[in-house]
Amino acid sequence: MNVAVAKTGKARALSDLFASAEGRLPGSPDVIAVRREAFEAYERLGLPHRRIEEWKYTDLRALVGEVLPLAATPDAAALKRAADAVKAQAIDGARKLVLVDGVFAADLSDAASLGSEATITTLREMLGNAANPAAGDLLRTITTDAVISLNAAMATDGIVLSIAEGVELSAPVQIIHVATAASASAFTRSHVKVGSRARATIIETFVAAGQAGAYQVNDAVVLWVGNEADVAHIRLMDDAADAVNISSQFVTIGANTKLNVFSMTSGAAVSRLQGWITLAGEGSELSVNGVNLLKDAEHGDTTLVVDHAVPNCTSREIFRAVLDDRAHSVFQGRIIVRPDAQKTDGKMMTRALLLSDEAEADNKPELEIFADDVSCGHGATAGALDDSLLFYLKARGLPEKQAQALLIQAFVGEAIEQIADDGLREHVIGIAERWLERRQ
Amino acid sequence: MALLEVKDLQVRVEEREILHGLNLTVNEGEIHAIMGPNGSGKSTLSHVIAGKPGYEVTGGQILFRGEDLLEMSPDMRAAKGVFLAFQYPVEIPGVATMTFLRTALNAQRKARGESEYSTPDFLKKVREVSKSLNIPQDMLKRGVNVGFSGGEKKRNEVLQMALFEPSLCILDEMDSGLDIDALRVAADGVNALHSPKRAMVVITHYQRLLNYIVPDIVHVMSKGRVVKSGGKELALELEATGYAQFEDAA
Repeated sequence: MNVAVAKTGKARALSDLFASAEGRLPGSPDVIAVRREAFEAYERLGLPHRRIEEWKYTDLRALVGEVLPLAATPDAAALKRAADAVKAQAIDGARKLVLVDGVFAADLSDAASLGSEATITTLREMLGNAANPAAGDLLRTITTDAVISLNAAMATDGIVLSIAEGVELSAPVQIIHVATAASASAFTRSHVKVGSRARATIIETFVAAGQAGAYQVNDAVVLWVGNEADVAHIRLMDDAADAVNISSQFVTIGANTKLNVFSMTSGAAVSRLQGWITLAGEGSELSVNGVNLLKDAEHGDTTLVVDHAVPNCTSREIFRAVLDDRAHSVFQGRIIVRPDAQKTDGKMMTRALLLSDEAEADNKPELEIFADDVSCGHGATAGALDDSLLFYLKARGLPEKQAQALLIQAFVGEAIEQIADDGLREHVIGIAERWLERRQ
Repeated sequence: MALLEVKDLQVRVEEREILHGLNLTVNEGEIHAIMGPNGSGKSTLSHVIAGKPGYEVTGGQILFRGEDLLEMSPDMRAAKGVFLAFQYPVEIPGVATMTFLRTALNAQRKARGESEYSTPDFLKKVREVSKSLNIPQDMLKRGVNVGFSGGEKKRNEVLQMALFEPSLCILDEMDSGLDIDALRVAADGVNALHSPKRAMVVITHYQRLLNYIVPDIVHVMSKGRVVKSGGKELALELEATGYAQFEDAA
């Protein structure tokens, strides 16, 4: 890409965007300097496009075009609309932490009920604390690209959650992102630190309030899991049908930990979940699973790097995509096994189910193995529903769409059943069922 | 009115004609056996009655209680009371047997305008039916036919037959892949379900099955037609003489 291309009208508009937003971006002068630097990095790159290898199948210049202006701070009416959405999305028993249009909404949240089990602050508060010389680090990540830089520059708020050593959370924490504005962007960044021997379930939900549409979400989560901890991280993205959701996850896992990650995509016109998970301590078990349910012309991308940096860890990845109409799914999964990471056991399986001749699935599994005593494997398939199974079900009285729905549920079930908690698993099955009902 | 009337049925698969004017009439309560050599069109007939895709009906008709079956989707045929017991029941990983049974039963009832079973009522019914057929509860806990032996798969077909209460059961080569004990168990299940209101059409290559399910009428198929019909003694005659004599008759 040459400089002339980078400096298009859109790039200049973005500079205006940053300049106009700057007054609303929290941070001490040091933090603002980090933001400026990040924005300059973004400006040099522009939105990712197909000639950037990692974004080959998800050309944001073509799919999104431009970044929308920052959403206004939600007013009373917006918070009221958000409250209804929160009510609908709240998971029974979970403690809610709500971000509305990128701003923490204390009145809609249950922060106080966490008591001594965890400390919660907001990103806004942390960044604004001039006494904290390391505040700028909250905007730095182990790896970066244009959308991550943009997030660092523009993040207005987020949850900073710390669960102390040895604590077992008595209820899941649910971070709910609600969009109430149309044609605006929300940038959020959250940090979750789970102490050694702690047990926790963290749920993230993305949803639109009322008629909100055509908005853009750019979220980042930094998750740190201490030694011997046991953590489940469930992400449920059901943004508006014409919205954009780009999310980045940075996960570091200590020794002898168990981390179970699940992601469900059932909304947004364009979405990408990109994750970097580093196994940094020996003896840990990582399970990463996901389901993308895509219809119309939706584009859903899951890009994941699992980095075995130390020996004796296992990782399992099961991904399923269901594609109707002209939908397009992308799965890029890379397993890295560093030279010292002997006895690594890493497996990755991705399958796409195409319900229409016009749907498209791109699967790109990669293994980068630098150690010699490892067991690693991957598999990828794409195909239609099995006609002989469909006929069997129809011959037993199931109408076509219902027969399809039963087989699709079985297909995604292989990933969903990795969720250990019965209630959460049923909740996710319910999301898939409702998606399937809309087809009938 | 006959339960099932197949009149001058002509069926093609791709460019090849498999059935060339087949006639068959089945009344309520009757047990029919259809015998014939490989390739005579026995299974094609069962598939066309059930509505399996891939067959082109180029002539004739199939009436079920006077209604045109060929105009109905496979699920509608099932709701009307047509049941095909598959020669090779498929395995459906990830679909729990109980979910499958409940969904299918309620779909049929809904199509007939009947009320759907509640979960407790359904469970009660499945327990009754499986008990009467000596089907272990353990089988119901697995995915549909997943890891089932040949005999278990056929028993699962019989269980569905008992649960859905069809008026016409077509058993396609029910004996294939079964040892003699499994065959007897499956046949006992079928016999238990025979009633004055329910007809059975038993498709088989060998006379052996007919020792357990005794037909009222035996039809011999050859080259896409019924070439001879008679009483149960016809099956024994076939066993002694083979199918060769009918090859010319066709």
